[in-house]
Amino acid sequence: MTVAVIRFGGSNCDRDTVAALETLGVDATLVWHEDGLPADTSGIVLPGGFSYGDYLRAGAMAARSPILEAVREHADAGTPVLGICNGAQIGSEAGLTPGSFTTNQSARFQCEHVHLRVENADTPWTRRYDHGQVLTFPIAHGEGRFEIEEDELAALEADDRVIFRYCDREGNVTEAANPNGSKHSVAGITGERETVAVMMPHPERVSLDDIGPTDGRGVLRAFA
Amino acid sequence: MTTYTATVTVRLKRGVLDPEAETTKRALERLGFELSSLVSADRFEIELDAESEAAARERVTEMTERLLANPTLHDYEVELDHQ
Repeated sequence: MTVAVIRFGGSNCDRDTVAALETLGVDATLVWHEDGLPADTSGIVLPGGFSYGDYLRAGAMAARSPILEAVREHADAGTPVLGICNGAQIGSEAGLTPGSFTTNQSARFQCEHVHLRVENADTPWTRRYDHGQVLTFPIAHGEGRFEIEEDELAALEADDRVIFRYCDREGNVTEAANPNGSKHSVAGITGERETVAVMMPHPERVSLDDIGPTDGRGVLRAFA
Repeated sequence: MTTYTATVTVRLKRGVLDPEAETTKRALERLGFELSSLVSADRFEIELDAESEAAARERVTEMTERLLANPTLHDYEVELDHQ
């Protein structure tokens, strides 16, 4: 039983993710995308980075690589699948989740800490948090603005599939606290199955005691 | 078989924010130009051999829908020329 952390050319949060999972006692394996998933895969992370140099659109190339077919089969069978940052872009480009992550409203790469409000604490990714809890996670992206058709967004919200929204320190969702112009300040959502999720903020960067706060562990504990 | 050149133009749907175009517009204004709006688009030129214009168009349309454009964000046009 191992969590496969899939490495593409240009992934750069793959080793951080393995380290964060291992600190939680979760067995994790780096998997080169051309090698396919291990037979004992029990979870999958699409990690952050700049796969294929963000050519065409961030995540577009990796989303069409053959291993994503295997990821989709696992996702459909209930295996937990998490896309973080570039992994979120890959997941949405691959249709694992609706909508798209595109150029920040600022048109700049943004690397900063943000506050997130837990919008639904009844998913594998948020069960360790309280509904409405405010977390602090880092973001590091140029294309993180969540775009989606209005009717699809309404359906997502009606189904309680938004798991995190950007907010201020007190948990208020405001335009000022929305770092990238995402529709309705959406920072993370689930797929049709709650076992599939994508998010732009980086839980693996706030999971090791050595480097400070560990707000991100709750997300990764979905694999425990 | 005929050789066709397909020109695929992919642009953001109306109403989708385009921060890069906004930034480019502001840069032009800083250079002293006057303009009312600026829209950017990606253009792909694809050469391919096909039995007919319809077959070429069908293949290029599939390429566009599967990779070149993202249906959440983009509209696209395909134009075909044969050589």
